[in-house]
Amino acid sequence: MATLFCRGSEMARVEEEMRFHLEQEEAERIRMGATPEEAHRSARLHFGNPAVLREEARSGWSWGWLDTLKRDVKYAARGLRRSPGFTATTIIVMALCIGATTALFTVVRAVLLEPLPFHDPDNLVMVYEHWRSNTGGNPYNPVSPGDFYEWRNSTHGFEDMASYYNANFNVSGDHGELPEVVKAQHGTWNLFPLLGVQPALGRTFREDEDRVDADHVAVLTWSFFQRRFGGDPSIVGKAVRLNSRPYTIIGVLPKWFVYPGAGTQLWVPYSDGTTTERLHEHDNHYPYVIARMKPGVSLKTATQEVSALQYRMHLQYLGSPVAEDAMSRPMIDDVVSGVKTPLLMMMAAVICMLLIGCLNVSNLLVARSAARQKEMAIRGALGARRGVLLREQMTETTILCACGGGLGLLLAVAGTAWLKVHWHGLPRVDSIRLDGIIVLFTFGVVCVAAFLAGLLPALSATQKGILGALKDSSRAAGASVSRARLRKMLLSVEIALTVVLLIAAGLLLKSFVQLRTTDLGIAGDHVLTMGYSLPKQQYSKPEQNIAFGRSLLERVKRIPGVESAGLGGGVPGSGWWGDQVFIIPERPHYEDNKQPDAMTRFADPTYFATLGIPLKSGRFFTEHDLLDQSKKIIVSEALVKRYYPGENVLGRTIVMGTDITNKKRTYEIVGVVGDTLYHVGEPTKATTYFPVSAADPGQMLTLVVRTVGDPSSYAIAIQKEIAALDPQLPVVDVLTIPQIVGESIVNESFSASLVLIFAALSLVLAGVGLYGVLSYLVAQRVMEIGIRIALGAQRAQVLGLVLLDGLRPVLVGILIGLCGGAGTGYVIQSLLYGTRPLDPLVLTGMIGTLVVVAAAACAAPAWRASSVDPMQALRTE
Amino acid sequence: MGRPNDLVQGTLGMLILKTLLLEPKHGWAIGKRIQQISNDVLQVQQGSLYPALQRLEQQGWIRSKWAETETGRQARFYSLTPAGRTQLEKEREMWSRLSAAIDLVVES
Repeated sequence: MATLFCRGSEMARVEEEMRFHLEQEEAERIRMGATPEEAHRSARLHFGNPAVLREEARSGWSWGWLDTLKRDVKYAARGLRRSPGFTATTIIVMALCIGATTALFTVVRAVLLEPLPFHDPDNLVMVYEHWRSNTGGNPYNPVSPGDFYEWRNSTHGFEDMASYYNANFNVSGDHGELPEVVKAQHGTWNLFPLLGVQPALGRTFREDEDRVDADHVAVLTWSFFQRRFGGDPSIVGKAVRLNSRPYTIIGVLPKWFVYPGAGTQLWVPYSDGTTTERLHEHDNHYPYVIARMKPGVSLKTATQEVSALQYRMHLQYLGSPVAEDAMSRPMIDDVVSGVKTPLLMMMAAVICMLLIGCLNVSNLLVARSAARQKEMAIRGALGARRGVLLREQMTETTILCACGGGLGLLLAVAGTAWLKVHWHGLPRVDSIRLDGIIVLFTFGVVCVAAFLAGLLPALSATQKGILGALKDSSRAAGASVSRARLRKMLLSVEIALTVVLLIAAGLLLKSFVQLRTTDLGIAGDHVLTMGYSLPKQQYSKPEQNIAFGRSLLERVKRIPGVESAGLGGGVPGSGWWGDQVFIIPERPHYEDNKQPDAMTRFADPTYFATLGIPLKSGRFFTEHDLLDQSKKIIVSEALVKRYYPGENVLGRTIVMGTDITNKKRTYEIVGVVGDTLYHVGEPTKATTYFPVSAADPGQMLTLVVRTVGDPSSYAIAIQKEIAALDPQLPVVDVLTIPQIVGESIVNESFSASLVLIFAALSLVLAGVGLYGVLSYLVAQRVMEIGIRIALGAQRAQVLGLVLLDGLRPVLVGILIGLCGGAGTGYVIQSLLYGTRPLDPLVLTGMIGTLVVVAAAACAAPAWRASSVDPMQALRTE
Repeated sequence: MGRPNDLVQGTLGMLILKTLLLEPKHGWAIGKRIQQISNDVLQVQQGSLYPALQRLEQQGWIRSKWAETETGRQARFYSLTPAGRTQLEKEREMWSRLSAAIDLVVES
């Protein structure tokens, strides 16, 4: 080892040793009677060339290759320094491509490839109810609490099953803090042991705390503990008021535990604040179920067992909405289900870009090797072996790629940090990190890139033809023709890849535009919305709820500039709000028990008018309906179309989902309103609107306010009115309708813009590549063009000739790319909205863009060719 | 004959190890010793000697140390390591088997 690191001094020692040897030889010769001069000379003769000997002694070391490498690197670096423009361009291109690839791989590895941070994660699965309906159904539907209990008690394929469901809590500001609404989860006591999660402080729930009548306890997440309580460990054991009730904080979860989402702030027991009846009901579906499979039991077997049980329950509770099937998938798939396809698509896009970058560098290198053809030929003639020349060329590419990779790694650090911040809803963000494996990955990418970018140019540079190149350097020799063909081929592939990327980007962009401009079925330009939920304890009676709502609306309407205000449950565009199965008394039985279902919303008399939802027939709610026990509902047009085609529904009754307690709730339809879209990108759903007084106490309600001018400027004034009514009541999601829409499609916009960036970069690369190739070809053909012009060719003809020459590989590339692009379109179909994989607008638009860029890249060299002065061209040859 | 290159592969190493068996020597002395003992038949070229020495040292069969010669000049002395001693035994055995076999073939 020592010799490896102090090779310099080792060399000195070897030289000293040889000098001693020479001295000894000389001394011996003098002893044998030679004169000192003769001895000196003959000793040296006998000894041989010291330089060669040194080399050979050095080759005795097994790391002789290291010296060769050092020499090659020095040589290549010298060459690269001579053409700084080329070097800089290549390094930047490689850095961008490698940086983007590394950054995305970092995310892909953390999100998709790494196991979940739980104990024995391979055996963890999520179990769902599988709904089959005439519209396709939903295989991953939340479970009803009653189904969960039956599953847990009666199945054998699972070691244990735990469940959770989300809720919101008003956290009171007891010590001068502001009140706030936080996202919380109700979790069964065995959830944390099942996942193998140890709390960072205190403990998690005990079995006896997970009972309807138990004392209230809560476990904080790390982020909430830090944010709200400043990370003060003495908070464990103290009380916090949630929904105006004291909860004892018994523990804090570790920092890495951000399940099911980063928004969760605290956990309370599953049975907290509910009733035994609700814990066993089968007609409400909201909990999620995590299960651990027994070792040796396959996912399929376990799922079949639950499915069979579910089907028995379905038959047992006929008439109640109990799914007839169950479904399960590994927990990891569940966690990443929303991002897997976009993530893989983006990974494919950057790899595509990396390939384009490599081809571009490859192209530049072919041009460079053409310029150095003579040098190569001479060195070849002087006896340099082809292997050596090849090695030198590859060293050069590797240096370029390695510099690019180093710079790319820095870019990846920045890029990963940026992705973490800007990619909303990306799961497992905390496990995203750059470490040795990522550096190793980058190293691998550099090697592959160097190989891809370097091998063809190196092979073409060292191609035979030494004599030919020496004989004539500029006349279009065989080698340069084949090299031009090679460059055109590379260019075609580059263009094809660019077309694929452009088509994918175009499709995503169009989807995004479609989503952005979706008609929600409302007039929401001047509407501000915000949510609040009244604590059950203070507002336990419906009258209190109604009174609060009434005085709130009165106060808000008095604010100057407010045109109208209403209360409802949820706003179009803000997402799913739960649905319910109902029975049409005239048609009590549906084939296959596929009962009608509809989304549930709430509304007060002014809700529809404020949002601009049109009345199609009948009437809106009245103040009377709110308190009336005769139970009225309003339905959407879609519901009428689907379940009462061509009939008059006014005055008809429907029975809302019955549960095992057989409580039937009959409602009379009093009005039909226009359809609204509950979630951008989803199909319209049949909707039922209940009077806002029918909402459960504590349910989140939405205040909608129509204003004159910019609605967001009224936020403070409205919040002040709420605080005046109840200073302890926090509001959430103060948003305008465009903000709600923007929020709901933030992921689509994100992936569309990222892929668009990659595609734009690739387009630039392709343009540069095209320009480079054509410039080189024109330079090669100056004399030929000169002769043509001298013989009377029109400038326009020359222009056309060169343009055609340049556009031919473009056309080939476009044709190949179209096939690839069509395939890609089908692969990413699930990400598209309102557009087909072969959207003619996107195809023509994107290819048009490419052709424009290609034509621009060809124009300069073509113009240069057409303005060649024939005399000068002939003279220079 | 006489050029070490003509020697059977690997024999130079064995010769060097053998010359170091009695006492440490510097490179020149090793070459001389081989020449002397072989009655000038084997003349070790420097071009082969020093790479061979480097190789043997890397294998851990010899080690080197700078020391004064009798004339008071600094020189690099090579000496045998225990591993080198074992290696010499091995190579000797192999050589005698090989030469005996060659003898048999040539003399038959």
